Amino acid sequence: MSGHPPSTYEPKTGIERWLDARLPIIRLGVDLMDFPTPKNLNYWWTFGGILAVCLVTQILTGVILAMHYVPNGDMAFNSVEHIMRDVNYGWLIRYIHANGASMFFLAVYIHMARGMYYGSYKAPREVLWLLGCIIYLLMMATAFMGYVLPWGQMSFAGAVVITNLFSAFDQIIPGLGTAITTWLWGGFAVGGATLNRFFSLHFLLPFMIAGVVILHIWALHVPGNNNPTGVEVKSKEDTVPFHPYYTVKDGFAIVAFFVVFAWFVFFAPEALGHVDNQVMANPLVTPPHIVPEWYFLPFYAILRSIPQKLFGVLAMFGSIGMLFALPWLDTSKVKSMRYRPAARVFFLLFVAAAIGLGWCGGKEPDDVVIALGKSETGDPTGFSVVWLSRILATYYFAYFILILPILGLRETPGQVPTNISTPVLGGAAMPAGAAAQAEKKG
Amino acid sequence: MVDTANAVTHTDGQDPSRRDFIHIAAAVGTVGGAAALAWPLIDQMNPSGDTLALASVEYDFSKVALGQQVSIIWRGKPVFIRHRTPAEIASARAADHASMPDPQADSARVKPGKDEWLVLVGVCTHLGCVPGFGGGEYRGWLCPCHGSVYDTSGRIRQGPAPKNLAVPDYTFTGPTKVKIG
Repeated sequence: MSGHPPSTYEPKTGIERWLDARLPIIRLGVDLMDFPTPKNLNYWWTFGGILAVCLVTQILTGVILAMHYVPNGDMAFNSVEHIMRDVNYGWLIRYIHANGASMFFLAVYIHMARGMYYGSYKAPREVLWLLGCIIYLLMMATAFMGYVLPWGQMSFAGAVVITNLFSAFDQIIPGLGTAITTWLWGGFAVGGATLNRFFSLHFLLPFMIAGVVILHIWALHVPGNNNPTGVEVKSKEDTVPFHPYYTVKDGFAIVAFFVVFAWFVFFAPEALGHVDNQVMANPLVTPPHIVPEWYFLPFYAILRSIPQKLFGVLAMFGSIGMLFALPWLDTSKVKSMRYRPAARVFFLLFVAAAIGLGWCGGKEPDDVVIALGKSETGDPTGFSVVWLSRILATYYFAYFILILPILGLRETPGQVPTNISTPVLGGAAMPAGAAAQAEKKG
Repeated sequence: MVDTANAVTHTDGQDPSRRDFIHIAAAVGTVGGAAALAWPLIDQMNPSGDTLALASVEYDFSKVALGQQVSIIWRGKPVFIRHRTPAEIASARAADHASMPDPQADSARVKPGKDEWLVLVGVCTHLGCVPGFGGGEYRGWLCPCHGSVYDTSGRIRQGPAPKNLAVPDYTFTGPTKVKIG
């Protein structure tokens, strides 16, 4: 890894020297553990490690579920019931996997928000950010197809709606959208063939995610970590070795995160699901209130806020596309919003808009947010969810294509410290004796 | 109390026994947690509840004529229900005292008064193939895989198999009904 300092690994035994000359895998592990890491990383930086554990958890439980699941339109639903009732600890493994998807997205949204707040996407980390965006896209595809597999009513309706997004291409070239959806379905509607291919891809994609994660970590280790000041590492005094400092800090955060995870698994395993999915898929009936999983709700709200099929779909994909363009949209030279008071306000509003869009996505479009009167039938009328969605979606896009480009040129940033150590030590250099004392205690 | 006592005699944070205790406790907690987590992931491969529930099968043998044999499935394995001819029974009884790898009297392999009904798990005790009837020197079963020869009582007489064909637990639940398992 080109960004690493010279390796400190010295093979001690003959076998280690023999292996090191052929496959320096021990050297790789030692160098990763020794990696000089900014000493001021806060707990927002622990979500990378949390996400790695989430991915491992999902792959482990997923491979096990695939041992008992039957990807067949007639048998899939019952095989999931078989897992829940008959397979030893099947209920536990499935609830870990199902809630694990939600925990994975919770962690990834915090991870992304941290990157956006501290400017981790800026030079020289654009490729690191792009790889993260690709991982996020793969995660969404994986989660969607995984949600289809239990073959309940919400699974089926979800598969119908998401695949039909591509039918919007009929409005560009007549017949194109239909051709794409027919190809996706392997038929004239969502059916057994669709289920079988979704199972195959749902099994494949996590391993592709794991591959891109390796590239993501590689791209991280070339420039090294960003940090809360956004100031690049200037000297060895700005860093500590990854182990034991961040293995322990990440380890503690992982344990804390898994306490929350375990609470969902053991005390509220269905809290994030939908009861309609306890009914087997029925192509003749769609449940009255269709909503995606919570982690897709903001995009769903953007889709519904536009009363034109093609533009709704384009806006939804565009909202994710914004993330890819982010490194080139933000014109500010200052990375961390710690020193950008105006940007900080706009960013917090952006987070609020994203959460607000999620709330809107879970409501009916005609639900009234602020009642201004009553209709002839006595129902309240006024400011509806769809209008709130439109305002929030406008802000979402404005944040990327108006606020960040303009703000970077016009704002007056605060005083950026000259190096990482200055704010940590309050401007005074650490006396040599104090450092030695700290080493001894550690 | 302990903290106070330690603080008197040791510099805080430098007591080797306390540091060792933290390390050992952390290691034990990690190993214990990993083991507790690993068990469900391992146990899920054991037979599931619905598989275990299929512990017995019933069969009506009224249509099995003298000299015929049916193979039914019990717990995923073939079970032979053979309606033995008097000649087969006589041949098995005559060999009761012959030298064989797994000596057993024919009468111990059938139910009293039901000498003509031989019920066997149709799995060769060598490596699990299904023996066919009528082959081999003793006109009983011959395993196609490695040539184990069983007599008309299902006892191993020649070849690499170490044990007789197993007799499953079964009971006659009616004049023409047998329950296996």
